[in-house]
Amino acid sequence: MALLEVKNLKKGFADTDVLKGVSFSLEKGQVLAIIGSSGSGKTTLLRCLNFLETPDEGQVFVDGKYLTGTNLSDEEIRLNRLKFGLVFQNFNLFPQYTVLENITLAPTLLKQGNPQDIQATALRLLEQVGLTQKKDAYPHQLSGGQQQRVAIARALALSPQVLCFDEPTSALDPELTGEVLRVIRGLKDRDNTMIVVTHEMEFAKSVADVVIYMADGVIEEMGTPEQLFEHPRSEKTRSFIRGAQQAF
Amino acid sequence: MFLPVTLQLLSGFAETVKIFALTLIFALPLGLVVAFGSMSRFTPLRALTRGFVWVIRGTPLMLQLMIIFYGPGLLFGLPSMARSTATVVAFTINYACYFSEIYRGGIESIPKGQYEAGQVLGMTKPQIFFKVVLLQVVKRIMAPMSNEVITLVKDTSLARIIGVYEIIWSGESFIKKGLLWPLFYTGAFYLIFNGVLTILFGYLEKKLDYFRG
Repeated sequence: MALLEVKNLKKGFADTDVLKGVSFSLEKGQVLAIIGSSGSGKTTLLRCLNFLETPDEGQVFVDGKYLTGTNLSDEEIRLNRLKFGLVFQNFNLFPQYTVLENITLAPTLLKQGNPQDIQATALRLLEQVGLTQKKDAYPHQLSGGQQQRVAIARALALSPQVLCFDEPTSALDPELTGEVLRVIRGLKDRDNTMIVVTHEMEFAKSVADVVIYMADGVIEEMGTPEQLFEHPRSEKTRSFIRGAQQAF
Repeated sequence: MFLPVTLQLLSGFAETVKIFALTLIFALPLGLVVAFGSMSRFTPLRALTRGFVWVIRGTPLMLQLMIIFYGPGLLFGLPSMARSTATVVAFTINYACYFSEIYRGGIESIPKGQYEAGQVLGMTKPQIFFKVVLLQVVKRIMAPMSNEVITLVKDTSLARIIGVYEIIWSGESFIKKGLLWPLFYTGAFYLIFNGVLTILFGYLEKKLDYFRG
């Protein structure tokens, strides 16, 4: 059974339909890359999965457990969110806390273990993203790439079943994207299930198991990187990929 | 002459400081409650709160003092409150409304991403407000709050109008003895007190300098 199953997800704002029925599934340990031009609904899809938006229609299952539904209480939504993690484009670290505190805050507040264990996990995650020596720094003292690596460690601290990235390198200077992408690649080797919305075509090609090309609120094409990038079936996909490659 | 005058003014100044301190103690938290009311998604509550803030900010504090002190007696024949109680009540209501607008501005200036980061990490709404947002708000509102607090020190002199024995009155009481200078000398007390507050706020701002946001 698939770890994540999304069925016919729809979401509209005011008079525009942003998601017009999106369905896909993802196996445990797989990495899904979502590409597409801005306004195609990629970010809204991630925000629906993380319950930052309430879908108008459709279902989301994680591990066979049905998560969506109408009239969910705040508490149900909060617990559903814990199945997912989200790394934002703009990091959104908490400025008044040190790097280490940013990572330990949520697990501590949610009482996910004793303080020593939470601390130890946080230090292990910091080592994993290569920022052990920055544990006592404040976010404003870090580069964008370092901040994003902390944000990744912070999301991992709650061991989400599906970790989502919303254009994790779009707010970074080009020379800083590499370090973040390397960390994400490292997570794949540790069998994390991930969804990455990205404009980095080379990254999508080399890391993803499945690629989705979204256009106008629907999945225009879905397949392995090889299928999608080398042999796109749809004309739309073909012209998007040609356009993206010309950018290099 | 100087020492006895100073001592008597100090006794009036004690009342001034009392009004100031009690007003802050009550108005600082009440202002937060009013701020939540004025940001409520429940329209009647929001409209009611904003209407109330409009009336309080739109009329003179001196008038509000008189209404609170004389109003219950004139309108309903009730016994009036002690003068100092009426003063603290009127000041608390007035300052809570001003504080609420400063809080609201501060809270609304915090980027949405901070709330969303808390949400995706599974925090509850109170946890997000108290553990993530509040300190950032405090940092952002330091300057307008120091303005308001310094104004409060001087506004306490309005209590004179309902006969509270604060420092202005104790200064005035020398006039019938033929001494005019003690009234003007009261200014030094305000000035020194506000000097101390300015230093205190400077210290607090520096304390919060360790982070940006």
